[in-house]
Amino acid sequence: MAELQLELKEKIIEQLSLEDVEVSEIGDNDPLFGDGLGLDSIDALELIVMLEKDYGIKLKDPKEGKLIFESIGVMAAYIEKNRTK
Amino acid sequence: MEDHYKITSFCSIRDQTVYKDGEEYYTNTEAATVKDFAKGVYKHLALNYAKFYKMDDLCKLSFLASEVLSQGIEFPEDTALVLANHASSLDTDRKYQESITNREEYYPSPALFVYTLPNIVIGELSIRYQLKSEGVFFVSESFDADFILQYASILLETQKASQVICGWVDLDSHKYDVFLALISKTGNREANAAELNTIYSKL
Amino acid sequence: MNKGIAITGMGIISSIGNTVEENLNALQSETPGISRLEILKSRLHDSIMVGEIKKTNATLIEELGLPKINNFSRTAMVSAIAAKEALQDAGISDINQHTTGFISGTSVGGMDTTEKYYLEYQETAENHRYIEALHAGFTTECVTKYLGIKGYVSTISTACSSAANAIMLGARLIIAGKLDRVVVGGTDALSKFTINGFNTLMILSDEVCRPFDDNRKGLNLGEAAAYLVLESDALVAKEDKKVLGRVVGWANANDAYHQTASSSEGEGAYRAMNKALKVADLSPSQIEYINAHGTATSNNDLSEGTAMKRIFGTENMPVFSSTKAFTGHTLAAAGAVEAVYSVLGLQEQTVFPNLNFKTKMSEFDMKPQTEIVSKEMQTVLSNSFGFGGNCSTLIFSR
Repeated sequence: MAELQLELKEKIIEQLSLEDVEVSEIGDNDPLFGDGLGLDSIDALELIVMLEKDYGIKLKDPKEGKLIFESIGVMAAYIEKNRTK
Repeated sequence: MEDHYKITSFCSIRDQTVYKDGEEYYTNTEAATVKDFAKGVYKHLALNYAKFYKMDDLCKLSFLASEVLSQGIEFPEDTALVLANHASSLDTDRKYQESITNREEYYPSPALFVYTLPNIVIGELSIRYQLKSEGVFFVSESFDADFILQYASILLETQKASQVICGWVDLDSHKYDVFLALISKTGNREANAAELNTIYSKL
Repeated sequence: MNKGIAITGMGIISSIGNTVEENLNALQSETPGISRLEILKSRLHDSIMVGEIKKTNATLIEELGLPKINNFSRTAMVSAIAAKEALQDAGISDINQHTTGFISGTSVGGMDTTEKYYLEYQETAENHRYIEALHAGFTTECVTKYLGIKGYVSTISTACSSAANAIMLGARLIIAGKLDRVVVGGTDALSKFTINGFNTLMILSDEVCRPFDDNRKGLNLGEAAAYLVLESDALVAKEDKKVLGRVVGWANANDAYHQTASSSEGEGAYRAMNKALKVADLSPSQIEYINAHGTATSNNDLSEGTAMKRIFGTENMPVFSSTKAFTGHTLAAAGAVEAVYSVLGLQEQTVFPNLNFKTKMSEFDMKPQTEIVSKEMQTVLSNSFGFGGNCSTLIFSR
């Protein structure tokens, strides 16, 4: 689980072009949207693509993303449970 | 344009060099890509605007030119944006096109698609400076100072805007030509087409 | 009220008809043009509904009398058809008798044609003529040459408000005395590029779109071209022209919120409507119908509805509808398509309905006009909002 969380942090920094952010600055329970990392609706869509591409999880409704992308911790737990690759 | 409007300030970015009011401001001929060069300018300007990294190259260069232009100047909310270029958003269009033609690995990026319209440049600048005024983007053969100033003058003379940022922001693969000028009531240069052409083509 | 600029001709091709008359008939008989893709091939065929013009490129080439070897994209061809009709409607036979401009909005340009040959470019030189067709400005040039216009030509690319901005610029250039007349509007053909793009933003509906409905699922993309001929009053008087209606208000404002999403207060939309009313010298209570942008995305309809509420108030909300359930969202052409429908509404004294609406949005007490209805109207307002926060409003009078 800790490994997956680290992997997610690296991927998020890379995929969402958070160039000035370090892995160590993202806490497992920090909110990703709003006041946290300041991600927006397009970032959420990018994360949906990432779920499908890297973990074989397909979301149909972007609203589902809101709950899943709450924090790295929540996201990792969801991926563990639902991944197909 | 009535003669009380002036070219307040201007900025050009060409051949890995940024010019402010005609003087060299920053250069980095070592940068291998537009992305690297833009990052260098961003660091040089000591900016703290995380959204910058998410922009495509056309928006990055336009944004940096506007940052140089804004030094020591406030853009009021009714500052209008009148921009044009030749290649539209072709540079990003190509990248997106590649991502949708890949049949096996079909994972097109929403963050990329967002930038497949040239007027997103206007959106980015409006967000940055909270400009809520008029914005328009033309696609044409080459920089047409007459035309751009005609549009700007209609906005200024009918009080639709108190000042106008106008210019040419073109990028195609590695070739770019970015030029922004601020037209307002202050400055030493007359805002006429001949003058605008001179400062555009001087460098 | 501002006297505005005379509209002397209109032309349109959309999924509900190939001429102004056919479009009017479809609106009056409440016949939408939303279907599955039949002409364009797409991997998303089974999951989306579109407003497609049911004519192949070969048919369009034949109808326009183009040579077999040409570099007209589909976007350019539908543009030529609609612009030609507008000029005929205005009774213009000698186009260069007066200083005439052509201002066209497009977002995809020749993408539809370029993408078809994209993978072949390296293998065969045969279709290289289409490479330059991608350029948005080239689309306009093709049509300018086809129509023989020698005056002022310009291409606007501000996404889905492009055509509205073209109409605004045309009106201003006539007021400024730069042109005697101008053909203004926009064009966009369906392309894999836009279909895939809007799909990645997850805002395409798999059913017919339902503007302003609480259960709306997103938009249907459409293709169309539409143009108005605007003429100076001096020219109208001199040639004793029939005037179809007038553009009396126009404005553009930026939402300054997000690259693609609209702000929750609808700030850009609010400012565009407000400024257009000022240009027209009208109060909100004088607007008798709103042709809303109403794309049926969750975000647009909420933001636009909020802005409308801020301008008019829920109590005094004019009759409004979105005609996008007829045509789909025709992107850069939408502002001109809906300008034609606004003028037709004024001419026929009819409000065209907002199809597919069932349930009021939970956020406010507003219901669009769902049945076709006769109504005395002098002034109507039309909204067109684009990505990049670009919000435009036009106001038309009889």
